[in-house]
Amino acid sequence: MPVLHIINKSPYERNSLDTCLRLARDGAAILLIEDGIYAARKNATDAEKMNSALEKHKIFALEPDLQARGIDAKDTIDGISLVDYDGFVELATEYDKLQSWL
Amino acid sequence: MKFGILVNEGPYTHQASDTAYHFSAAALRAGHEIVRVFFYHDGVNNGTRLSVPPQDDRNVSERWSELAKQHDVELILCVAASQRRGLLDADEAKRAGKDTDNMAEGFQISGLGQLIDAGIQADRFVVFGD
Amino acid sequence: MASKKFLYINRKPPHGTIYAQESLEVVLIGAAFEQDVSLAFVDDGVYQLLRDQDTSAIGSKNFAPTFGALGDYDVSKIYVERESLELRGLTKDDLMPLTYEDEDDDWAEKDSIRVVGSEELAEILEQQDVLLNF
Repeated sequence: MPVLHIINKSPYERNSLDTCLRLARDGAAILLIEDGIYAARKNATDAEKMNSALEKHKIFALEPDLQARGIDAKDTIDGISLVDYDGFVELATEYDKLQSWL
Repeated sequence: MKFGILVNEGPYTHQASDTAYHFSAAALRAGHEIVRVFFYHDGVNNGTRLSVPPQDDRNVSERWSELAKQHDVELILCVAASQRRGLLDADEAKRAGKDTDNMAEGFQISGLGQLIDAGIQADRFVVFGD
Repeated sequence: MASKKFLYINRKPPHGTIYAQESLEVVLIGAAFEQDVSLAFVDDGVYQLLRDQDTSAIGSKNFAPTFGALGDYDVSKIYVERESLELRGLTKDDLMPLTYEDEDDDWAEKDSIRVVGSEELAEILEQQDVLLNF
């Protein structure tokens, strides 16, 4: 019963991403929203962590939140798919339940 | 699909209420149903009638009221959280001996049972917070 | 409708913010709905269960004793993540003793707190229907 994990904080501000990665099973997906999208940046020092995560999970980022924060799609980690709010809703229906890491 | 939405933060300070609103609007556009939007913790502050944001910015409370009106969506403020934070409808204000009420159109005060009920009724439950 | 599995995930410590207190209020009110309720304490959430909390000097209501009532509300599955405890130099002995009476075992008093590793907790998470975070 795959879970859609939602992260809304930067990995430098909170440990939500780390906790999520510890408690997400293979097959679960991760959606970065709000300040969580900073984890999608290609040149962040923990891009390695995201690349490992991509081997086990589909990872998405909410594009409106990237745009708001001045981060271009080309500066996001390869393999992370960008979605809009309609896409967010689709993901919510595709996965069985949602876990918002607050 | 039926969605239950929980908003844990108030307007402006956190993006939670904005994201919840955009998600809700998108869900309705796609033809889904929203069982209810439940506001808890500082989320009850989304129900204020007295917000006067700058003209060139969104009015978070009004936007929720509009969505509720257009799509017949239930917006529920938790009674305990509302009382703590001073969000009162006319009845509550009278009962508490306060000189005014401040609830926006489309919002209603109810108990935490409505949150659990939304979890029971919905196919998907989405939480927006800090 | 068959009852659903509700899991309340707590990651924040008590008193510095209201989330711990108000989320416990949801659990207690929710108990009347006879769903299958579990609680999980992860990261700083484990601090909510620390013994000997005394809020008199900070002047706020101490809600910690209310955890003791959970057993009476049919909430007997309280998961605490082992990794979160260990990182904080804590053991189960540092936590409040929370118990329930097992109606299937002659009302024997049993531990509600189950310390579980991340993998087991990940599995528990996946089995739920509704995931509540505050």
